[in-house]
Amino acid sequence: MPIAAVPNFAIAAPEMFLAGAAMALLVLGTFLSDAKAARTVSYGCIAALIIAAVIVMALNNGSRTAFGGVFILDGFAVFMKVLILVSAAAVIFMARDYLARHDIDRFEFPILIVLATLGMIMMVSANDFIALYLGLELQSLALYVIASFQRDGTRSPEAGLKYFVLGALASGMLLYGMSLVYGFAGATGFSALADLFKASGGAPIGVIVGLVFIMAGLAFKVSAVPFHMWTPDVYEGAPTPVTALFAVAPKIAAMGLFIRVMVGPFGDLGGQWQQIVVFIAIASMVLGAVAAINQRNIKRLMAYSSIGNMGYALIGLAVAGETADAAVRADGIRNMLIFLAIYVFMNLGTFAVILTMRRGGRMVEEIDGLAGLSKTNPMMALALGVFMFSMAGIPPFAGFLGKLYIFQSAVQAELFGLAIIGVLASVIAAFYYIRIVKVMYFDAPDEAFDGPISMEMKTVLFVSFVFVTFFIVFPTPLLTSAAKATTSLLGG
Amino acid sequence: MIVASLAFYMFAIVLVGAAVMVISAKNPVHSVLFLILAFFNSAGLFVLLGAEFLAMILVVVYVGAVAVLFLFVVMMLDISFTELRQGFLQYLPLGGLVALIFLAELLLVLGGFAISPQAGTRLVSPMPTPETLSNTHALGQIIYTHYVYFFQAAGMILLVAMIGAIVLTHRKRTGVRRQNISEQIARRPSDSVEVRKVQTGSGV
Repeated sequence: MPIAAVPNFAIAAPEMFLAGAAMALLVLGTFLSDAKAARTVSYGCIAALIIAAVIVMALNNGSRTAFGGVFILDGFAVFMKVLILVSAAAVIFMARDYLARHDIDRFEFPILIVLATLGMIMMVSANDFIALYLGLELQSLALYVIASFQRDGTRSPEAGLKYFVLGALASGMLLYGMSLVYGFAGATGFSALADLFKASGGAPIGVIVGLVFIMAGLAFKVSAVPFHMWTPDVYEGAPTPVTALFAVAPKIAAMGLFIRVMVGPFGDLGGQWQQIVVFIAIASMVLGAVAAINQRNIKRLMAYSSIGNMGYALIGLAVAGETADAAVRADGIRNMLIFLAIYVFMNLGTFAVILTMRRGGRMVEEIDGLAGLSKTNPMMALALGVFMFSMAGIPPFAGFLGKLYIFQSAVQAELFGLAIIGVLASVIAAFYYIRIVKVMYFDAPDEAFDGPISMEMKTVLFVSFVFVTFFIVFPTPLLTSAAKATTSLLGG
Repeated sequence: MIVASLAFYMFAIVLVGAAVMVISAKNPVHSVLFLILAFFNSAGLFVLLGAEFLAMILVVVYVGAVAVLFLFVVMMLDISFTELRQGFLQYLPLGGLVALIFLAELLLVLGGFAISPQAGTRLVSPMPTPETLSNTHALGQIIYTHYVYFFQAAGMILLVAMIGAIVLTHRKRTGVRRQNISEQIARRPSDSVEVRKVQTGSGV
């Protein structure tokens, strides 16, 4: 693989910018006084993430590779990167208030989020197994640290340690799978592998075993059943803004990776991996629906909800597995992207509400704590009610359309079992989502939450509320960009 | 070639001897010193194999950093190694059996090992020929060109590890007395010495 005299790495500009910005802000943070550092660096990090998103969108011009083909920028990567960057910026924005109140307002927090985000955008641009693994580790390592950021408590370090040990195990499985694939196929590049499997019309058994290990590692990262055990504990123990981050950005990145690895190098082995995806999708949907019924803690509830939602999203990937009709396969991926985008907004909004649940200076995490919110704070109750109806998949909110598209794809691909189980799981899950609405509107009011709600929360809440409510009126921008992303991924 | 084989046997014998001493020396500091000896001799073996880059890395990283770190740790920790070694003879038969099984398995695996004839044909990047290119040269050619992205990404991962270690362990202590040189220099006798008149015979 010859390289040009001056390598073309302009398409990695967002990554390079973000890395440089993180290091510059790190230096800035150490030199500023403690009182000012956290605030200045936080807003600096938000600005860096937004600028990186703008650069990504400016570079959206067909599919190009750099660094000898290990780095790819296509419409799919652009779509995922913008989602990741925006949600990470929103989380830093929301975390300001929480960090200050819990005495953990240190400037390293936003910097670690930026570095984790850097890892995520490197993951979705990976076109080689080594690049994939390095991006994944950069993301995971930074996330382990911020999960245990509230180090003086007991729950946060416990969450961080659990996440670290299990995450290291998953990384090991992923790496083992990659080494098997490399050993049997002789290449780590996605394009080289895809060509090889296309030319040989199949793969040796070693590659299939490696593929299964890779899928296990990736399923851990998206917290799909049966690799979901860490999710509720980590979500409950980590500081709430960190939980909000876990629920959105890493999920998007890992899903992006999942899609790219499955339809990229292993695209011609669809029959091999489709059955695994179908199984983990069904298991995640059912477990997400059933296990959440008994939860009293809203963060644990959101953990099970995210497991279930990942199950729905994986239906899209299952459709892209072994379906004769190329148009139906493309639709599966497109609908998955739409579902994920809607999922991000619903979660950001819900976590904005959870972050304002504070009574007497302490965070309230019990669902019963929301009792009578409609009397004490009607606007917030309305917003949370809309998010819950949307997650339950009730029209006319965005979540309904997301699920509708996904199930439509499953039906078109004649995966009827998947579609039926999905709808049933969705009905079961509606019980606990709507119970929250019932607690807010029909239970005897509890004391009001501490006010006033900070400006940051109001902004995030308002934007997600508007998106979730009015998506049905203006769905076109998201639909067209998701469609473009899909065409560029599948090579149009 | 007689020199090479002599050197090989010398390095190998000293290496095995040093390795045995690492686990059998009574004094833990001696163990670490024997470990350093073992590292040097394995570096010698690497040079004989033509892997000069690995040899230098072994000396620089393991002897220069890791072994010295071990030495510090051993000196700072108050561990009685003789206590740890109690019951050694008691567990020896079982441990020896496990070791024998492992050895047999290893021999079986190595005995059946063969390189697939296709392995050489599927290489994406051609292997450099050892006659014309030294290890260090070959690594240097690839690590900052084809692998520059991986190299930089690995650097970022190490940066995160460093930040994480500091964030999770560094604490600001209150009430630590630090030396303030300007304050010391600005001190006047009147700040600390007080002259009192004491009446004779009445005590202080």
